[in-house]
Amino acid sequence: MGSIYALAALGFNIIYNATGIVNLAQGEFVMLGGMFMVLFGGTLGVPLGFAIIASVFVVTLIGIIFERTCINTLKNPTVMVLVMITVAASIILKGVTMFLAGKEIHTMEYFSGGHGTVPLWGGKIPTQTFWVLGTLAVVVSALVIFFNFTLAGKAMRACAFDRTAARLMGIPARRMVLLSFGLSSAISALAGAVIMPISMVDYQSGAMFGIKGFGAAILGGLGHNPGAVAAGLILGILESLSAGYISSHYKDALPLLILLIVLFIKPSGLFGSEAAGRLKKF
Amino acid sequence: MMRKIYIPYIIFALIILLIPVFIHSYYYLGVLIQAGYFSLICMGLSLVMGYAGQISLGHAAFFGLGGYASAILTGGHGWCPWLAMLAAMIISGVLAWLIGKPSLKLKGHYLAMATLGFGEIVYIFFNAEIRLTGGPSGYTMGVIPYLTIGNLTIDNEFKHYLLTWAIVLLILLVNLHIIHSRLGRALRAIHADEEAARAMGVHTARFKVWIFVLSAVYASLAGSLYAHNILFVAPGPFAAMHSILFVTMVIVGGMGSIWGAVAGALLLTILPETLRGFQDYNILIYGGILLFIMLFMSGGLFGGGRLFLAWLSHLRGRKKEVADG
Repeated sequence: MGSIYALAALGFNIIYNATGIVNLAQGEFVMLGGMFMVLFGGTLGVPLGFAIIASVFVVTLIGIIFERTCINTLKNPTVMVLVMITVAASIILKGVTMFLAGKEIHTMEYFSGGHGTVPLWGGKIPTQTFWVLGTLAVVVSALVIFFNFTLAGKAMRACAFDRTAARLMGIPARRMVLLSFGLSSAISALAGAVIMPISMVDYQSGAMFGIKGFGAAILGGLGHNPGAVAAGLILGILESLSAGYISSHYKDALPLLILLIVLFIKPSGLFGSEAAGRLKKF
Repeated sequence: MMRKIYIPYIIFALIILLIPVFIHSYYYLGVLIQAGYFSLICMGLSLVMGYAGQISLGHAAFFGLGGYASAILTGGHGWCPWLAMLAAMIISGVLAWLIGKPSLKLKGHYLAMATLGFGEIVYIFFNAEIRLTGGPSGYTMGVIPYLTIGNLTIDNEFKHYLLTWAIVLLILLVNLHIIHSRLGRALRAIHADEEAARAMGVHTARFKVWIFVLSAVYASLAGSLYAHNILFVAPGPFAAMHSILFVTMVIVGGMGSIWGAVAGALLLTILPETLRGFQDYNILIYGGILLFIMLFMSGGLFGGGRLFLAWLSHLRGRKKEVADG
């Protein structure tokens, strides 16, 4: 689970860095990724690889349409308006999913077939876990390469650092916003697609993914990518431990409690720097 | 100035009091009672959003805390309902202070995130503490009594309607006084420009915390009234979705307008009832309304109306110019 929070947190960070807004519809993109995975992989019986690519592609398209129609058209929005727009988008995505996919909980077989487990250190690990961890590793390395070695990635980092200065240097800041929404929804969709077999998904599960991913983003320091990955994994482990040792009812409450505590004690997060936190608009 | 407040207030109060003369159906009165609860919550939320410039995505939790605290204290421990209501308001107020104090000290919209997390935790608590709250199937451990005033028991929709709206009108008056007082001016200054307000000596963080606490107390009051009307509480109505619904109501009415908050609550409670055939579409309708208003008229319907009037008078002015010229 931790890997999913890490991926969702990365999604939050990418949009936050480019625009300064927190996209409260992030969790819905994870949910959509899972839903399309069921549709393509389960119902339509498309081969696994193609199903993943197709669901990521469709959700990315939705993310881009969302940015084009709702974010880009605003002339001079306040942060509050932007936040509310993402809230509205999340409700609409939830509603549409409810109609198209129904209210029932959807499940799917593990990618490696069946519901197999691998014995490890006395416990049993579902084979899907390795798919999830592998995806996280691939996404993180791809992002490292993208942000450090490509022109677009460097431009995005420049925008995150100082938007006005970046624009003065000839970087199309608005296009970077579009790119960030596309990238972020692609990562979220991928997360949703690989988590699908482990955690059952229904039209309401987006909110939980979203808020826990946000918790991870805050814990790691908003806008700080390595921090997000570490914090996501920490949250996932803590959540499983609390389900085992405290009470399974409260396993969902723990990441939220951590979110609150971090907000109160050290809002810049575990890994974010004090100064960077203060500079940001949000 | 005060006269300008009172005339619409008195007209509104008369309309509210006359409604039960014409509407006898308990069903419609029930819808209006519901709108009354939502008006209470939205008036508080409107102060938070329009005046303190902060979003709260957890007001359903305070609504629920009020309902559950009233239910448990009266049904389980045999408290007097009014005392339980007061205790519920104090509990909600203290919790709001605990959340608001640290998150409002920070610049930006951390309150939205903190309240979103808080709302989910409270919702999980209602579901999980089965021995205390009855869990997902609702509170069944004790009998929640009706409210009484002297010898009068508030036991039918007609009496509930009058009591609920009397309280709404009272709170409305309080709020109208708040926004035209020193506190209200300070809050508006914060909303316009926080730095400038602070430079002028307004204690911005403290004002914001108090207004947030006040709004939580209103929501708790609404929850208590709800519990003593329905005589049953379950976690359903206190889920995160309802927090968003309250925010939508405030936005539809126009942030920063107390009248707008009441109008938004009335509109969004009555509208879905008239569209009963589309019950499942509610979620889409709310989302659509919220998105539309945010994209095209961020001042809400009232703000939109004001813009429309300004545009009309602008047109008339231009015509006059043409005629004069």
